[in-house]
Amino acid sequence: MQTEILGIIATFALTLIIAIPLGKYFAKVFAGQRVWTNFLSPVEKFIYKIAGVNPNEQMDWKQHLKAMLTINALWLVYGFFVLMYQHQLPLNPDGNSNMSPHLAFNTIISFVVNCNLQHYSGESGVSYLSQQFIVMFLQFVSAATGIAIAISFFKAFKEKTSVKLGNFWQHFTLAITRVLLPLSIVVALVLAFNGVPASYEGKDQLISLQGDSVSVSRGPAAAMVAIKHLGTNGGGWFGTNSAHPLENPSYLTNMLEAISQMIIPIAMIIAFGIFIGRRKLAWTIFGVMTIGFLLLLLPTLQSELGGNPKIEQLGVAQTMGAMEGKEVRFGPAATAYWSTITTVVSTGSINGMHDSTMPLTGLYQLLAMMINAFYGGCGVGLLNYFIYLIIAVFIAGLMVGRTPEFLGHKLEAREVKIAALVTLISPFLIMAGTALASYTFTQHGNAAWDTAPSAWLNNPSFHGFSEMLYEVTSSNANNGSGFEGLGDNNTFWNILTGVILLFGRFIPIIGPLAITGLLAKKKYIPESAGTLKIDTKTFALMTFAIILVLNALSYFPALALGPIAEYFSMIK
Amino acid sequence: MEQTPSKLLNSAMLSIAIKQSFVKLNPLSMIKNPVMFTVEIGTLIMAAVSIYSISNSSEGSFAYNFSVFVVLLLTLLFANFAEAIAEARGKAQADSLRKTREETPALLLLADGATKTVSSNALQKEDIFICKAGDLIPTDGEIIEGIATIDESAITGESAPVIREAGGDKSSVTGGTKVLSDEIKVKVTAQPGESFLDKMIALVEGASRQKTPNEIALTILLASFTLIFIIVCVTLKPFANYAQTPITIAALIALFVCLIPTTIGGLLSAIGIAGMDRALRANVITKSGKAVETAGDIDVLLLDKTGTITIGNRKATAFYPNDNIDATEFVKLAYLASLADQTPEGKSILELTHQQYPNLVVPKPENAQFIDFTAETRASGIDTADGLTIRKGSFDAMKFFAQQHGYELSSNLIIQVKKIAENGGTPLVVNKNHQPVGVIELQDIIKPGISERFERLRKMGVKTVMVTGDNPLTAKYIAEKAGVDDFIAEAKPEDKMNYIKAEQQAGKLVAMMGDGTNDAPALAQADVGVAMNSGTQAAKEAGNMVDLDNDPTKLIEIVEIGKQLLITRGTLTTFSIANDVAKYFAIVPALFIAAIPALQGLNIMGLKSPESAILSAVIFNAIIIPMLIPLALKGVAYKPIGASALLRRNLFIYGLGGVIAPFIGIKIIDLCIAVFI
Repeated sequence: MQTEILGIIATFALTLIIAIPLGKYFAKVFAGQRVWTNFLSPVEKFIYKIAGVNPNEQMDWKQHLKAMLTINALWLVYGFFVLMYQHQLPLNPDGNSNMSPHLAFNTIISFVVNCNLQHYSGESGVSYLSQQFIVMFLQFVSAATGIAIAISFFKAFKEKTSVKLGNFWQHFTLAITRVLLPLSIVVALVLAFNGVPASYEGKDQLISLQGDSVSVSRGPAAAMVAIKHLGTNGGGWFGTNSAHPLENPSYLTNMLEAISQMIIPIAMIIAFGIFIGRRKLAWTIFGVMTIGFLLLLLPTLQSELGGNPKIEQLGVAQTMGAMEGKEVRFGPAATAYWSTITTVVSTGSINGMHDSTMPLTGLYQLLAMMINAFYGGCGVGLLNYFIYLIIAVFIAGLMVGRTPEFLGHKLEAREVKIAALVTLISPFLIMAGTALASYTFTQHGNAAWDTAPSAWLNNPSFHGFSEMLYEVTSSNANNGSGFEGLGDNNTFWNILTGVILLFGRFIPIIGPLAITGLLAKKKYIPESAGTLKIDTKTFALMTFAIILVLNALSYFPALALGPIAEYFSMIK
Repeated sequence: MEQTPSKLLNSAMLSIAIKQSFVKLNPLSMIKNPVMFTVEIGTLIMAAVSIYSISNSSEGSFAYNFSVFVVLLLTLLFANFAEAIAEARGKAQADSLRKTREETPALLLLADGATKTVSSNALQKEDIFICKAGDLIPTDGEIIEGIATIDESAITGESAPVIREAGGDKSSVTGGTKVLSDEIKVKVTAQPGESFLDKMIALVEGASRQKTPNEIALTILLASFTLIFIIVCVTLKPFANYAQTPITIAALIALFVCLIPTTIGGLLSAIGIAGMDRALRANVITKSGKAVETAGDIDVLLLDKTGTITIGNRKATAFYPNDNIDATEFVKLAYLASLADQTPEGKSILELTHQQYPNLVVPKPENAQFIDFTAETRASGIDTADGLTIRKGSFDAMKFFAQQHGYELSSNLIIQVKKIAENGGTPLVVNKNHQPVGVIELQDIIKPGISERFERLRKMGVKTVMVTGDNPLTAKYIAEKAGVDDFIAEAKPEDKMNYIKAEQQAGKLVAMMGDGTNDAPALAQADVGVAMNSGTQAAKEAGNMVDLDNDPTKLIEIVEIGKQLLITRGTLTTFSIANDVAKYFAIVPALFIAAIPALQGLNIMGLKSPESAILSAVIFNAIIIPMLIPLALKGVAYKPIGASALLRRNLFIYGLGGVIAPFIGIKIIDLCIAVFI
């Protein structure tokens, strides 16, 4: 047990040791300063040239938005058709079939929006072509999209007043060539040397000791496993994701994958502080996020290591903790740690079955995704946090008797309106989505659909409610992990989550970008003794309280009917 | 109008406010407040449910439904009452001002020169009327001819009469004040019903009250919280169906009303009105609610030296005779030179003489010729019949005269002059028959307590700037002594303007006070321009506030009133939202406990039954509004302890307090209700 705890402490410590210098490197790269990777600039120049992009052309926030939405729309169309016709296309040694239109709809959206919900199983659902040129390609570009917009946000607050926020295409290209690609190469090599497959051959045949013939799926997986974590994507090569022995063979690869998914979100915060010259603010943000993260991690560890009370009642000793749904090679502590990080940073990969975790663990996983800003996804985590900051700045500003201002820019009705709308969208999508599913399940259980609603849930009652709530929450947070136990590859869930994914991704990007653009334009107000400083402990506490109260108020009734009711029923 | 300590209520106001609480139930007026409007819809639904439950008990007993309906109705009435009482107080304040302008006869001057007595209401803009000693001035106007002493106590509470005269910066007269002497011709400056006071009254009465930008932003935020809770409550129905838990309409509506920020929603407009009312109590008329709010954001405050930082004008403080003359003799000469001097400095020399030499008698010389100060000679004095020539004036001027007549200045005198200048004083040299005989020291007297006020402003983050006509050396000395942060010396009106523009360019908000026509452009340029009531019409038009007391230090109070307004809104919002935590713990278990007994674990307050829990929560939600009315009207106290410390304090009191208070309140109410159910 002690070794297991030490293992996760070491993992987190290594994460910080890598993320902090990485953040400094990011700040330099995006500020155009000298870094050792500058030898790549001819490659970038070549890309700009063939794409016909002038990287020095400055764009305002609307131009950024236009560029971002256009390229994303293109990927949607391209990917949709490849998935629909993958059977006819090359690189399909296992002969996997075409996707149904609704599955293709859901799948392509979920990869474009950096969610990777995966209502299919990697072994049988997609060809190598789809894996490489849709899934992996989108894992790079969707992460780069988030980073590129976050860099525009950095640039807006670097200058006192500015209309131009840099060039989207340049941010996007640098995010790939200087950040995602080099890191992925390193991680993929380590994974490949530790047993993750990297081959274009089809299924392998082997005969087990018992004499059974087994066919084992493989493919060029190592490269994808690297970017799935670095880009906080989470979509696995295999159906069982990083619980699969070929996707995550050992404790070492488990640590590496856990570290990979956290470093870019943390490095972005450090980079933000250096880039705009407010390191203290960045550390305050990092502090709030880390405290939030620990407050989710510690009780998760406690609930998993404590074992299942129902099994306890049977008189079975659980010295290792709750082992149902866990891999023996990782143990409950590493699985609990993974379940927390994968939900806070919106990766959504798993190394154990979330459906089998204790009810309270499910509660923390759900809360982490509802908040979605403790580190958060690549680039977008900071944007989500920015919305909470705006609300906190507004209320705190009033409380100290001054028209609220954020980094020297006055916060007025227009910005508050956008922030309020973005705050609204998550509860709306999550609650309305779950309500629609509950309603369909209870009122139209026998509808003659591809899957009858009454057959959706493995476990009815509170746990079944959690399964539906989790699926919708994961979609809204662009997380992509599943509670599982939910029959989700059917028209209803593919379309419902597909729509939620789109709104859950783009509104929380458009909103902060618009606020950023509007604020940056405003006259800069120098700090005075009356200015509310946002890099103090008090303000950090205020932000934390806002995050907590806002989410608790929005989701308490739903959580009470799901994991909380399950918990109280279990301990009775 | 004396500054009596404000009474929150009196019975007349109370009865008006109660009546208004019902009138304001009109949905057309409720819709302006989205939070309370949704409560009204909920109340109507509960009325229908109550009637339905008389014959059918599937939605709970009639008594229970009716109780919820009554409590919701009370919530609405309490919120309306808060607004109504704030309006009533503002109106009472305004009425006492309005009393001064009841109909008075006015002597209208016709085009052909004849006069005609008409009612003050009939006076139109640009009309000219005549006021004689003893007349009440019928309406606001500007003196175009004549000079008069006027008793303005009806408006300002100041009993000493003031002088108003045509031309210059003191030409404005206010309706309701009384002419004590002389006769003036006054031009009407405002249409009937459009004077500043009329505008102010309309503002507090709500007729023309526009929401301020901050208020709009807050309303949007509150509306979005309300929307979130609509989502929460609507989706709860299918959730409950899934869990096979029937939820009554009463419970759903109770949950909704408890969750939406009714506390701040109900008090929001009362807080705004009370802010303007507090300004009015400080005898400041604001032209818009926005001006009060902006005042809270001020970064830079421009203050005139004279009257604000120093008491009136410079005063003589010491005599320094030369070695070649007897001290008493010197004082006598200084006294004679100032005998006919009407300037405040001249008068102060006579005062100082009486003070220091009470027994000295200087007979008034016969047939003497008094020489007034002119710009050319830069000296004043006296030529007596027996040939004595005495002059007093600036060092440069006196030195020039002395040297012209062949006198050298003693080194002692030069040292003395330098010493006085270094101490921020102004040296006046006295020449007897062109020979310098000594120096009089004039000093500015800094108002007692003013540096503490500047210190307070500094802690608020407000920079103070002194504007003075003095030379930079004197200005610097006084600025340091009074504790202002910056000064503009040898200031011309355009200097003020340029300073304001430069600060605004740097993103700062600037406030200033002024009274003269030449101040008008700067008053208009400043973000908060406070014109003195005694000032010219142009100044009053240009500014966005008018100070009836003509008190230059009033700006400081205005800044505090503005801050208080924002703080009250912020803290009550925090309190309102923090309250929801406890309400959830009361209502959510109550909703599900029947079907999911395990959720008893969430009933941490140990409330007796689902019905009592729901009733307790809505009752708490309702009575917290009237309990907070006094705070909304008085405003949350502002303490200049720095933004972070203030946030910590308010977060502790209203945030943490807001979480804890309802736990206690709901439990107590539940204990009381348990007796009846």
